[in-house]
Amino acid sequence: MTELRIQAPTPFRREDALVTAERQPAETGEPASDFRPAEATLFSLQGLSFWYGQKQALTGVTLDIPVNRVTALIGPSGCGKSTLLRCLNRMNDLIPGIHVEGQVTYHNQNIYAADIDPVEVRRRVGMVFQKPNPFPKSIYDNVAFGARVNGYRGSMDELVERSLRQAALFDEVKDNLKASGLALSGGQQQRLCIARALAVQPDVVLMDEPCSALDPIATLKIEDLIRELVRDFTIIIVTHNMQQAARVSDYTAFMLSDEQTTGQLIEYGPTQEMFTNPKDQRTEDYITGRFG
Amino acid sequence: MTRVSFDQQLTEIQEETLLMAGLVESAIDRSVRALKERDIELARLVIHDDLKINAKRYDAEEKCLELIATQQPLARDLRTIVSVLHITVDLERMGDHAEGIAKVALMGSDEAPLRPLADIPRMAQLANKMLMGSIEAFKDRDAKRARAICDDDDEVDALYDQVYSELLAIMANDPATLERATHLTWVAHNLERVADRVTNICERVVYLVEGHIRELNVSKY
Repeated sequence: MTELRIQAPTPFRREDALVTAERQPAETGEPASDFRPAEATLFSLQGLSFWYGQKQALTGVTLDIPVNRVTALIGPSGCGKSTLLRCLNRMNDLIPGIHVEGQVTYHNQNIYAADIDPVEVRRRVGMVFQKPNPFPKSIYDNVAFGARVNGYRGSMDELVERSLRQAALFDEVKDNLKASGLALSGGQQQRLCIARALAVQPDVVLMDEPCSALDPIATLKIEDLIRELVRDFTIIIVTHNMQQAARVSDYTAFMLSDEQTTGQLIEYGPTQEMFTNPKDQRTEDYITGRFG
Repeated sequence: MTRVSFDQQLTEIQEETLLMAGLVESAIDRSVRALKERDIELARLVIHDDLKINAKRYDAEEKCLELIATQQPLARDLRTIVSVLHITVDLERMGDHAEGIAKVALMGSDEAPLRPLADIPRMAQLANKMLMGSIEAFKDRDAKRARAICDDDDEVDALYDQVYSELLAIMANDPATLERATHLTWVAHNLERVADRVTNICERVVYLVEGHIRELNVSKY
């Protein structure tokens, strides 16, 4: 895969996004899903549709995801948000019978093109899952695992320390790196999984409900960590917790399935705007808890 | 997924706001009537009833804070609660303006009137019309009407100019009128402030409906 450099992002101010948002759907009459962030794009989805066998899960999703921002995907169960997330690192490829139409470009390259190695995509686009899933190995080996597989040639100790520091876990485990990853608390295990994802030096971290198995304090730690990580990484998070989406993300995309169409993007915009003044009635109904 | 209890509480805080606006309208009307008719009892009643208006404001604030803390309101719900918080503060201050007029009525009750009051009751009438219009716009989520009401503030400002310059002329002609005329300028000022606060309510209505906070009418005072 061709090496591509990430464009340095301009400093982000939420007001800038709001100015863009004001010119968007309300005044132009365009659908609320047509919003485009006025920033460097990392992922660009063009009419992305997705099927598990005969069952369609995404319908024509067009969405630009900006570099070094947190983008939250929200929506009720079955709306396709996790499917969308898994399309971004071709994780869905592991499921037999899937079918993809449309385009997902990453650094302007179509990741579903025939010559693209999905393993390389997954190295660049890391993932953290709902339930912490450390390997039954030491903390050190958990973090070093991916780098070893990739034949990392630098100092492994430094990489492990740096990754654990980036995941805000180092100070809690530094005296006990040989202890089993499974001996950590749930919140620590999740941060260990984040460290493991960071150790292969991705530029994106996908998070699929990373806090749903954690208590409120551990949740807030992960949220703080997300805001730290976004300085160096692009983060895309699926969450059922709307307050969490409101707290951690810069942009929010709302998805919905109805009788006619499964997995459609309803509205996309700066988080502040989405949670105070959404454009689409369906977004309003969902985030104010009056959906269904 | 419905939110029956939350919806009831949201309705309740809005109904309380409407009731509070009714109390304020009555306070303004009665305070100017007390002044015009030199009715001490009515003036005392306005001062006494202002406590009820103040209590309603604190009650509204507590209920709004409780909803924010327990219901995590978003979007229109959040804007409704924030609007109620702002509107009730403005209403409470309007009640204070009425109380100020009632105090002037008490102060001047044993003095000969300067002359029959005409423009000040007109100002009060206009301010109250604006107030109730703004509250209906709030109830009906009518941003267009809220904007139109803001324009009426210019009329109140013009009346204020007129009253003020007439009172200045009276004071210049006869220094013995200084105290009484000064008191009346306070009354006119209170009414001018009421109309300004109505424009704040109108701004909240526009925010509630459209989601953007905008200054609608910059008063010349």
